[in-house]
Amino acid sequence: MEKFSISLIVFTVFWGLIGIVLPFLIPKGPHRRLIQTMLALTSACCWLFWLCFYLHQWKPLFGPQISSVDARALKVLWGQDL
Amino acid sequence: MTLCQLFLQPDAAYSCISELGELGIVQFRDLNPNVNSFQRKYVNEVRRCEEMERKLRFLETEIKKDELPIYDPEDNPDAPKPREMIDLEATFEKLDHELKEINTNADALLRNFNELTELKHNLTMTQGFFDDAISHPVGVMEDVGGEREMELGGQTTTTAAGMKLGFITGVVPRERMVAFERMLWRVCRGNVFLRQAEIPELIEDPVSGEKLHKTVFVVFFQGEQLKNRVQKICEGFRANIYPCPENPHERRELAMGVMTRLEDLTVVLSQTQDHRQRVLAATSRNLRTWQIKVKKIKAIYHTMNMFNNDVARKCLIAECWAPVSELDRIQLALRKGSEASGGGTVSSVLNRMVTREQPPTHHKLNKFTQGFQNLVDAYGVATYREINPMPFVLITFPFLFAVMFGDAGHGILVTIFALWMVLKERSLKDKWRNQEVWTIFFGGRYIILLMGIFSIYTGIIYNDVFSKSLNIFGSSWRVRFGDDTLAKHDSVMLEPTPYNYTRSGDYRQMFSGTPYPIGLDPVWQLADNKITYTNSVKMKFAIIIGITQMGFGLFLSLWNHLHFNHRHAIYLEFLPQIIFLACIFFYLIILIFYKWTSFDGSKATDAPSLLIHLINMILFSYKTDPPSAAVFYTGQKQFQTFLILLAVLCVPWMLLGKPIYRIVMNKRRANYSTVTNHAAGNDSDVEEQHQEEFHDPAEKRGVVLDADVRDTDTEDMLDDEHSHQQHHQHEVEMSEVWVEQGIHTIEYFLGCISHTASYLRLWALSLAHAQLSEVLWHMILHLGLSMNGYGGAIASFFVFMPWSSLTVFILLLMEGLSAFLHALRLHWVEFQSKFYKGEGYPFVPFSFRLLLDEAPVEA
Repeated sequence: MEKFSISLIVFTVFWGLIGIVLPFLIPKGPHRRLIQTMLALTSACCWLFWLCFYLHQWKPLFGPQISSVDARALKVLWGQDL
Repeated sequence: MTLCQLFLQPDAAYSCISELGELGIVQFRDLNPNVNSFQRKYVNEVRRCEEMERKLRFLETEIKKDELPIYDPEDNPDAPKPREMIDLEATFEKLDHELKEINTNADALLRNFNELTELKHNLTMTQGFFDDAISHPVGVMEDVGGEREMELGGQTTTTAAGMKLGFITGVVPRERMVAFERMLWRVCRGNVFLRQAEIPELIEDPVSGEKLHKTVFVVFFQGEQLKNRVQKICEGFRANIYPCPENPHERRELAMGVMTRLEDLTVVLSQTQDHRQRVLAATSRNLRTWQIKVKKIKAIYHTMNMFNNDVARKCLIAECWAPVSELDRIQLALRKGSEASGGGTVSSVLNRMVTREQPPTHHKLNKFTQGFQNLVDAYGVATYREINPMPFVLITFPFLFAVMFGDAGHGILVTIFALWMVLKERSLKDKWRNQEVWTIFFGGRYIILLMGIFSIYTGIIYNDVFSKSLNIFGSSWRVRFGDDTLAKHDSVMLEPTPYNYTRSGDYRQMFSGTPYPIGLDPVWQLADNKITYTNSVKMKFAIIIGITQMGFGLFLSLWNHLHFNHRHAIYLEFLPQIIFLACIFFYLIILIFYKWTSFDGSKATDAPSLLIHLINMILFSYKTDPPSAAVFYTGQKQFQTFLILLAVLCVPWMLLGKPIYRIVMNKRRANYSTVTNHAAGNDSDVEEQHQEEFHDPAEKRGVVLDADVRDTDTEDMLDDEHSHQQHHQHEVEMSEVWVEQGIHTIEYFLGCISHTASYLRLWALSLAHAQLSEVLWHMILHLGLSMNGYGGAIASFFVFMPWSSLTVFILLLMEGLSAFLHALRLHWVEFQSKFYKGEGYPFVPFSFRLLLDEAPVEA
């Protein structure tokens, strides 16, 4: 549960900085509003995209079906420790 | 945007318009639309400009013929004064005349030269014939009889029978020689004798100018009749006949004379060419500048043709649309123009006008936003003052493209291509201007750049780089089966639950419980059921992003209503729309998130199928039969019933709300107008004011403070038609409102469901792209890379070509175009139908810069 929330917090803070904090730091100029809109929308879309994939993999309903040959290779390559 | 009237002094008008053209922020209106273009005031000047352009085009073709470079001017030359125009005309006339003279002279000289060359060859060859004849006197004409021996040296040969032979010499193209001979033989019944010799080098034909192989011939005949026939045949075959003296001495003299003349002509010709080159080189330096100047003059006179010539007050009146924020700059430009034309004259006057017409829509853009604005405008130009979707489309369009394109490797390629175009902007701007495909790509370089960057991101999340996955953080899955299990089965499915939920002891944890930090776990690349797994998440994401975007569109419509002060629209249109969307589709999103967080592998068989639940919710059917359709939280049935009823209530709310509001407004207005008893003529203006009184006091503030809002208050404009119509005819107008509202209602509610499903194309196209990518890997690249040894190295080399070209053409170009199109459709239809009217017309300012940029460079 803790490891799950580490990534969640990290990425939410990351996109939050870009989308919520950074717009206030944009210097005044003719393009200020445009850049603010761009930053906010980008971070919203990217965060949402990342979140959906993260949450979907949190509690999978079924596991990957791997051929035995590949499974044996993975046993060796990745080891047994989670 | 305000409508302005300009009062210009005729002498100052030209320079004022020139200054305004350099500024490029006013759009002139044509005040003489019914006048034929030939009857306008400045038609003569325009004609003179066209004449100048024709001469410049002629000069340009001549320069191009000689392949001289044309220099592009560094700076932007100003429009010249009217006096300068006369000078320019004179210069062009002189150049034109000179060049034409040079050309005619050169042509004549060249023809002469060619004729003399042919004559020279003629003489040389025939010399050969006559020499031969003298050395071997042969009697060739069999039918005449053997006793005649001819000396083929002359026109007259005394023979035993005393016959005279005539001859004709000439030059004929080699390809026609055979036909010529045959014709001669047939027509003269074999009574002529032909000798020929080919000219070895190519000769330029004097008449046609082409270089041909030619043959010299000499035809001998007897008698006048044959002579005529031969001459006619020669004419028919376009053989050039040259006189040849019989006397060898005369021939030699003629030959020498020809040589001398040829030498003289060569010298003259080369001098003529040099002169031509010099004239053209001098012209080429100034050509572009002149072209720009003439274009500007013509544009100014075209604009001046649109003005109204007020004879009484001796000034020109112009009407133009101008942004209110730029009025100062326009005043400045007018002052500059008036001073430039002749100081001391009365300066031109700018007068703002009040109008009910809809002004053109003007967006301030730069090179980055211009591309995206083009995408939006292709569907429809924004109505005056409504929200411009472009700043949002700027990000969501590349993002949705990337969701469908989703491969980091391909994304990198696209980004590199776009970066090249962007960084080399200046030098690439004018290259290949007439290649339409290139200009399309170049015009959209910023769009492609954003698409590429987002594609890299979505590729990382999909964990797809040229159909391979990256394992950066370590997979969350491990294979913990025993070797005997692996030996017994062909494929195994890993255990998804991260804790022991079974009673038995043979549970092994294979999933760590923590998802892969960024994107899809790399283990799925090896899984046979990868597609089943990714289908689920991609579909869910597509629905989530779709509903979010549609909701966002609805909120933009709320913003529009607030701006135009359509309070009634907020309560009667926005509220039912958002409630309907929320009740059914935001609820669906909540269910999706609930399912993601509450059901794990241990409850896999009981996990609810959200689609079935949605359908059952609408059908009010709550079975308990398959576990995936049974309710999964307490109170679900009641809550969902409540939501559906609320959603259904929204339909009549939206359908009836606005028309009933209109009816009530009509009644109120009708009562008020009869009570206050106005004259028919001024009704419309007064009614506007009364109409304002019915609305918020906030509006009144708007009326008093900012003159611009009053000038072109859209609320007045949009409601104007209604008020006028309501004033005149009630029947037609109300039914129109009912029908329109019915259409909007059906369109919205049916559209909600169909548009939500339409967003599933995000899933479909990303699946197609991933599969195509994988096919290219398995069928092509894998073959080369899986071979061993040196053969493998060579095979890898050869396999790369088909793999890379198919990647570029099918995956990047075809799939890219497909994803582009679908993302665009999603924006135009699904997103913009929620708030965008798009019934405006674009602001096209009178700008020299626009004029010159648009002119295509002739290749």
